Amino acid sequence: MNILHYWRAMWGIIGRELWRFVRQRERFISALVRPLVWLFIFAAGFRASLGLAITPPYETYILYEVYITPGLMGMIQLFNGMQSSLSMVYDREMGSMRILMVCPLPRWFLLVSKLIAGVSVSVLQVYVFLVIAWFYEIEAPLEGYLYVLPALIVSGAMLGALGLLLSSFIKQLENFAGVMNFVIFPMFFMSTALYPLWKMKESSEWLHYFAFYNPFSQAVELIRFSLYGEFNLYAAVYTLSAFFIFMVIAVFGYNPSKGMMMKKGGR
Amino acid sequence: MNDNNKPPSLAVEGLSFSYNEKTALDKLNFSVNPGECTVLLGPNGAGKSTLFSLITRLYDSHLGKISLCGFDVKMETRQALARLGVVFQQTTLDLDLTVMQNLRYHTALHGMSRKLANQRIQQELERLNMYDRRLEKVRQLNGGHKRRVEIARALLHKPALLLLDEPTIGLDVPSRQSIVEHVHQLVSEHGLSVLWATHLIDEIFSDDQLIVLHKGQIKYKGPVDTLLETTDTKSINLAFKQLTQGVGE
Repeated sequence: MNILHYWRAMWGIIGRELWRFVRQRERFISALVRPLVWLFIFAAGFRASLGLAITPPYETYILYEVYITPGLMGMIQLFNGMQSSLSMVYDREMGSMRILMVCPLPRWFLLVSKLIAGVSVSVLQVYVFLVIAWFYEIEAPLEGYLYVLPALIVSGAMLGALGLLLSSFIKQLENFAGVMNFVIFPMFFMSTALYPLWKMKESSEWLHYFAFYNPFSQAVELIRFSLYGEFNLYAAVYTLSAFFIFMVIAVFGYNPSKGMMMKKGGR
Repeated sequence: MNDNNKPPSLAVEGLSFSYNEKTALDKLNFSVNPGECTVLLGPNGAGKSTLFSLITRLYDSHLGKISLCGFDVKMETRQALARLGVVFQQTTLDLDLTVMQNLRYHTALHGMSRKLANQRIQQELERLNMYDRRLEKVRQLNGGHKRRVEIARALLHKPALLLLDEPTIGLDVPSRQSIVEHVHQLVSEHGLSVLWATHLIDEIFSDDQLIVLHKGQIKYKGPVDTLLETTDTKSINLAFKQLTQGVGE
C-alpha cells in the first residue's frame, strides 16, 4: 500500500467518470441546455420586470442575465452533484459499486476520488457554459475566468459532497424523485441564484433568512465575487464548512459498521 | 493453521448476523485452506449472499470474526481485501465500456502499473480465450462471456482467495460447465483457494470441501464423500435434501 497505489486508483476513478461523461453525449447536452434555457428565455423575459440596484461585486447597473449567470453556474454544479448521487445509487443497485467498495483502499478515499471526478466534470461543464454566455455578450473580466476556478472547485466539492451524502441515505432509485422535489428545487429557488438577498427581504423576511443560510446561496456568491475578481471570505468559509460537514456525514453513511449501510444490511 | 503452517485463506469464527429481528447467519465457524475449493451449498435464502457481503465488508457484523490469510477483515480491512477476488451474483461490469477498460479500472483500483496491468490482463484473458475480444463493449458479450471477464478481473491482482457468488446463474449448460471446470483447474494447477456459493449440486467435484448452509446455520462441513457416509445416502442430492428438509427442520 503506497502513495502510487492511491494515485493510480484516483486516476482510475476520475478517468472512468470522465470517459462515461464524454460517451453520454445526451447528459452533456442536457447539462448545458438547462442553464441556457434559463439564460436565453427566463432571464430575457424577466429582464424587463426586475430592476436591480447596484450591489457588490457589480460596480454598475447590470442586466438580469448578468446577475443570474453565476447562479446558473451554480445550478450546473448542483445538478451535476445530484447526477453523481443518482449514478451512485444506480451503481449500488446494479452492483458495480461493489467493485469499488471491495478494493483495498479506505472508503473515505474512494468517496473523495468519486467527488474529485464529479467536480472535474462539473467544472468542465461550467466553462463550456461560460464560453456560450460570452458569445451572448455576458462577459466577465478576463482574469475572472481564472479566479473563478478555485471557487468552482470549492462549490462543486460542496454540492458533490451533498450528493454523496444523499446517495448514502437513498435506499432505492425510485426515491430519487423525492430528492429532486425536496432538495434541488428548494435549494435553487431559495437562494441568491435568481434574486439578490435584499430583493427577497422586501417580499419575505423568512425567505431572506432561508436564502442567507442556504449553502447553495453562499456557493453562488463565492462564484459571483470570484468571477469579478473579488474574494468573498464569508461565502468561502461557509461553503468550505458545509463541504466538510456533508463529507463527514457521507463517509459515515458509507461506513459498513456505522452508517446507513448498516441499516440497509442489518447487524 | 493448516499443514504448511500458513493461515487459512478464509477463517470464519462465531459469525452471526441478523436483519432487524430475523437471524440470517447463526454462529458460523468454518475455514477455507490454501489450494482448497469449498462449495457453499444452500437453498435460496440460506444466507449465502449475506455471508459474502460480510466477507467483502459490504456489511459489518458485531458478532464473530472473519480473517483473510490471517488478516482480520474488520481491523485490517485493506490487507484482507487485497487478498480477495470476488465474482458477485449480479454482473458488476460497466456495460458501456470495453472489456479492456473494465479490467484496467480494476487494476487501477488495485494500484497496478500500466505495464503490469496489460501483462496480467493478457494472461488472464488468454487463459479464458477472451483476449481477442478485449476491445469489444461488454454489452455485446453473451452471459457466459461476461462471467468469464468477471472471473478474469477477479484474478488480475492475484488474490489468495476467490469468492464466487452463484456465478453460473442464468447461463446455458456448456457455459456453466466451462466455468466450473476453469475454476477447479485454477485450484488444482495454481493453488488458488475458492469459496463457491451455489444451489446447483452438479457444480460440485468429488474432491471439493462442502459446507451445507440452511436457514443461516451450517448443517454439514467436510469432504464430499464423508457427507454421504454421515447422512447414509447415495448421492449429494439426497444428502442435501435430508439436511435441508429432513427430520428436525
